Amino acid sequence: MANVCNGCADALAMEKALDEVIARYKGTKGPLIPVLHEAQAIYGYLPFEVQLKIAEGLDLPLADVYGVVSFYTGFTTKPKGKYRVSVCMGTACYVKGAEAILDKFTTSLGINVGDCTEDGKFSLDACRCVGACGLAPVVMINDDVYGNMTPDKVEDVLKKYEDVQEGI
Amino acid sequence: MIKTVEQLNALREKMQQEMALRRGCADGCTEMGGRMQILVCGVAGCQSSGSMGVYNELKRCIIENKLEDEIRLISTGCMGLCALGPLMVVYPGRVMYTKVQPEDVAEIFQSHVLEGKPVERLFAEDNDGSKIADALGHHSFYTKQLKIALKNCGTIDPYSIDEYIGVDGYQALAKVLKEMDPEDVIDTMKDSNLRGRGGAGFPTGMKWAFAASQPKKQKYVCCNADEGDPGAFMDRSVLEGDPHSVIEAMAIAGYAIGSNQGYVYVRAEYPVAVKTLTAAIEKAREYGLLGENILGTGFSFDLEVRLGAGAFVCGEETALMTSIEGHRGEPKPRPPFPAVKGLFDEPTILNNVETYATIPRIILNGADWFNSIGTEKSKGTKVFAVGGKIARTGLVEVPMGTTLREIVYDMCGGIPGGKDFKAAQTGGPSGGCIPAEALDTPIDYDNLIALGSMMGSGGLIVMDEDTCMVDLARFFLDFTVDESCGKCSPCRIGTKRMYEILTRITEGKGEMYDIEKLEILARNIKNSALCGLGQTAPNPILSALRYFKDEYIAHVVDKKCPAGVCKSIMKYKIDPDLCRRCSICKKHCPVEAITGDKKNGFVINQDVCIKCGQCQAKCPFNAILHRDRKGV
Amino acid sequence: MRNVNIKIDGIQVSVPGGSTILEAAKAVNIFIPTLCYLRDVNEIGCCRMCLVETKGGKALQAACVTPVSEGMEIFTHSPKVVEARKVNLELILSNHVTRCQTCSRSWTKCELQTLANKLGVQQVRFEGEAPYHPQDVTVSIVRDNNKCILCRRCVSVCKNRQTVGVIDAIGRGFNTVIGSPFGRSLADTPCVNCGQCVNVCPVGALHEKTETDVVWQAINDPEMHVVVQTAPAVRAALGESFGMPIGTAVTGKMVTALRMIGFDKVFDTDTAADLTIMEEANELIDRVRSGGKMPMITSCSPGWIKFCEHYFPEFLDNLSTCKSPHMMFGSIIKTYYAKKAGIDPKKIFTVSVMPCTAKKFEAKRPEMEVDGLRDVDAVITTRELADMIYDIGIDFPNLPDDVFDDPFGNASGAGVIFGATGGVMEAALRTATDILSGTSTDNIEYEEIRGFEGIKLAECTVGEVTLRAAVAHGLGNARKLLNKIKAGEIEVDFIEIMACPNGCINGGGQPIQSSDIRNWSNVSQRRAEALYREDRGMYVRKSHNNPAVKRLYKDFLGMAGGTLSHKLLHTHYHEREKYPENV
Repeated sequence: MANVCNGCADALAMEKALDEVIARYKGTKGPLIPVLHEAQAIYGYLPFEVQLKIAEGLDLPLADVYGVVSFYTGFTTKPKGKYRVSVCMGTACYVKGAEAILDKFTTSLGINVGDCTEDGKFSLDACRCVGACGLAPVVMINDDVYGNMTPDKVEDVLKKYEDVQEGI
Repeated sequence: MIKTVEQLNALREKMQQEMALRRGCADGCTEMGGRMQILVCGVAGCQSSGSMGVYNELKRCIIENKLEDEIRLISTGCMGLCALGPLMVVYPGRVMYTKVQPEDVAEIFQSHVLEGKPVERLFAEDNDGSKIADALGHHSFYTKQLKIALKNCGTIDPYSIDEYIGVDGYQALAKVLKEMDPEDVIDTMKDSNLRGRGGAGFPTGMKWAFAASQPKKQKYVCCNADEGDPGAFMDRSVLEGDPHSVIEAMAIAGYAIGSNQGYVYVRAEYPVAVKTLTAAIEKAREYGLLGENILGTGFSFDLEVRLGAGAFVCGEETALMTSIEGHRGEPKPRPPFPAVKGLFDEPTILNNVETYATIPRIILNGADWFNSIGTEKSKGTKVFAVGGKIARTGLVEVPMGTTLREIVYDMCGGIPGGKDFKAAQTGGPSGGCIPAEALDTPIDYDNLIALGSMMGSGGLIVMDEDTCMVDLARFFLDFTVDESCGKCSPCRIGTKRMYEILTRITEGKGEMYDIEKLEILARNIKNSALCGLGQTAPNPILSALRYFKDEYIAHVVDKKCPAGVCKSIMKYKIDPDLCRRCSICKKHCPVEAITGDKKNGFVINQDVCIKCGQCQAKCPFNAILHRDRKGV
Repeated sequence: MRNVNIKIDGIQVSVPGGSTILEAAKAVNIFIPTLCYLRDVNEIGCCRMCLVETKGGKALQAACVTPVSEGMEIFTHSPKVVEARKVNLELILSNHVTRCQTCSRSWTKCELQTLANKLGVQQVRFEGEAPYHPQDVTVSIVRDNNKCILCRRCVSVCKNRQTVGVIDAIGRGFNTVIGSPFGRSLADTPCVNCGQCVNVCPVGALHEKTETDVVWQAINDPEMHVVVQTAPAVRAALGESFGMPIGTAVTGKMVTALRMIGFDKVFDTDTAADLTIMEEANELIDRVRSGGKMPMITSCSPGWIKFCEHYFPEFLDNLSTCKSPHMMFGSIIKTYYAKKAGIDPKKIFTVSVMPCTAKKFEAKRPEMEVDGLRDVDAVITTRELADMIYDIGIDFPNLPDDVFDDPFGNASGAGVIFGATGGVMEAALRTATDILSGTSTDNIEYEEIRGFEGIKLAECTVGEVTLRAAVAHGLGNARKLLNKIKAGEIEVDFIEIMACPNGCINGGGQPIQSSDIRNWSNVSQRRAEALYREDRGMYVRKSHNNPAVKRLYKDFLGMAGGTLSHKLLHTHYHEREKYPENV
């Protein structure tokens, strides 16, 4: 057997799992939404390739599948990171320069708002007021709150989450 | 596997003995149930306030003392008094402990379990300050309740089909299958005058009769468990606490209309409910109470659980069915009604969880019994999820016709902080508010509609003087705009326009013509939207305009928010009489809006202030005000 | 169904059970405005313009989808109804870019504009946020969501009728838009460019990618010899753009107008249709004799070709290798005609006027060229031709008639009927029976393959040989037919498929009739009748008798299916991925 890297093995395993899900539901009544739920449980989100596979597997137009995915807030087409960075864009934070901090995060992480880093570690969002105006500007990473942020502090904050070495 | 009614009855007898303690039977208790049974609420509010820790601690104590044979520990569904959770009840004696923390367990165990002396400090406190041991029997939160739908919630183990059978579970199904024709079942439902508990209150029996009369081979029974109203959680409580009652009722419905397949559409946001229900369905199948040839009668019925995926509109019946079919959850015009052409284009009935949970009892006790409860046109009981500015939030089931005052003041302990009741909101984003003048109106379907609100699924949010009715309407519209499916133009665009107008008003940018526009839009969306969600979306605005128009005018004309909620037009002021010039406010202002010094005092520059409220929160002397004090 | 008795605005009326309120009102001459409704295509009651009040009803009902019931009392213009319609229309307008003056639909019956006039809406009281959407432009179709009113007709026709389904409602609530998955351009989807979406759009949110500017450029270039050809279906509908009755054939006026516009030569694609029949008949006989892949399927409809490449690649070898008529004609013009007229083919610019948006895509397929010269340089739709006629201020209905230019002259009646479903098959059968029997058959009208039945079957026996033919129009029917063939339920020798429902007469490039007309009369039927009338009036009605075609073979091509034919008139197909990655 040829050597397969961990990432590829995972991808293969997920693909196999999805095939099984589709096979299990094919021919049942109204299979699309249950399949999407299970696919999202496997992949964490519903990217293009997954939706295309589901569309082909269930013999539905891709536009149908995408229309359904985009209708329900429970489905997402974008992966969320292990660490979810939310930059508060409430008024207090905004006037204290939240935008500069958001910009700094986008450059440091190399992703746009709403996206996730390739390694799945960080995702970046702008959020509504988190009710910590006294600490403005505020950034939340999962449940941790970082107040009085400046663009200079961004790298230091991110470093705290780089402790875990993942894979080789 | 239970193949006959006799086997069902035998199991019931066995379980009745095991559960005798819980029926308050002091003597004659067999040893089967042990000498003590402890019930811990394991769901919802209690779970988030730490009931798992309590359960584990109790379990540890029981094992440590080798009392596994004598003491039964049961994790139950919701007991209702969520505000005082985690809750636990000890039988015999039905002693309820409130706000139990894991560290309290040792004391309870030593004192109550081992020494027989209940721990009084953890009893529920009543309105008059007295501590009540048997709260379920004597606390005013419970005394005015009458539990039909919630009968088994909090008193049985939701994962045990045996316990359900022990409290007469599946007896109604057995009765229906053995003793009644489908027509008899429908007649009973009609005679009971049961109305749907999920929204508009359509008579359940009529719905079933329509579907039964359709000459189609394939029909479907659906259960709406897509409880999406913010603030309503009764359906979730039933599914988490008594899932078999829904399963049994759906099988009865299947028999009545001639269907062998049901679907339960549950919100994916209710993972515990999904787990409990799925486990219950598997158990029912295992026992032969779902599946082929139930109780040897030749009747077959099975259930499938379908998960929602985050769309409020799927609570609308046609949208729910479209969603099960695998499409965008967009409603369809009616007629054709689902009873004629519903799920997969076949005749379909849809009832919500609470409605189903009521049905087995109606079958067993008869339509006359049910008719003896409630008001002239609204029979039976209704469950309300009471929340908001209220002392005891929780779940109550009361006979139709109970007044709002009884619920708010007698049962739920009134408004905290000595504030005034302003209004109660029912029906969620589809409902409206009931003003203080109507506190004594008996609550039923028709009275609520006359008041401009609706029963909805039964969320009841209490508001005090600090709630801005314009802002509240805006909050609900924000929700509706988010949740509108986008199919029909009045709802898709109209709700957005109403939201924009409300936003303008709350920002002090409204004109009097805006109020008129709101009225025009509200009236027409109500008249012309495609589905119930759209038609009721303007209700929060219409009702607020009806009872609190002066608040709208205050925002528009005086540019003031009387409740001090709307930040954009709110002004924080420092009361020079109360200010001690400590300068804390200045330090905490994130935008340096506060100027001055300890000698001359401080002022807030309104042009700079962003109304974050930090100064007010930090002021040790309550010198910072954000609205005109009463009488000043 | 039994009749039911109802009362509409006080008028007692008896209508068939199952009728909608809209139909019942029509029966007593009451106009109920509609917007999203298009009969047989989109019946979902979402725009809420056709609201009526029913006695005892709480909310208003959509007349287009609500069936009548015994004893119903309906009020079609009560104050409640009138206000609701106006408010709803104002709401729709508040989220619609009203740049009407420059809109492609402003003078061609924008249904929204018409409705605003009819309902007397003269201001929009409920202005608010109207998000901006970038246009999607492909070689055939332009989608402009800024004008979209979310009636969903395009979604319905694409998904249900054509079973292509490359657009759907995306998102939810106020943010709902019509679009392709993952925000893709239609060009990166298995869209077949049939343009049916354009054809059903009530507003200007969908239109063809116009090419009139390059055509004008060529015409105004003194160096260029600009040659135009017109497809059969164009003449049956062009008049509608000038207020002429539906079903008026305007062949002669069209030729005059094309000359006035400045085209150097005006040819008839029907001649190429005759040429196609010669090549196709030859190919069919060849396949039968040499045991080639059967059944053979026509290849005249580029929407169908792309559909086959995306969805039924297993049938690619069944497709006739013939280019579609106008493509054949393009290459003949740049070779045979160029030589004959003594013009450098590089200086010839060929324009096709087509009832079709897919032809725009077809003309740009890389393989559609000979010796580095494009067969067809520009394709314009019937609507674009009307635009050009308006551009130069011609009073079209009053033009004198003229005839097509030599050396191709007039075609046969067989070429004319190519424009309607079944026409290609009928033309082929007219020729095939003569070839097989060696005589001239008189009985040449094949009624069983005319008309708008979704799938039509016919058998034609000549001596020992029986030809089994099938005709499908609309891609949903094509899908059905092919699936039946795959399943072995139908066995045939020759299949005609046209991508558009009812054939080219209802093509995506034809003048758009508003739903007010389409809901109550069969526009395709009237256009088809115009073609069949023209056929009946012609002296030559069989392709192989077309003298120009005979001459073409004699002087230039040699024999049908010969080497030169293959170089100029035939092509090949390839499987296409539906959603290529990395776009």
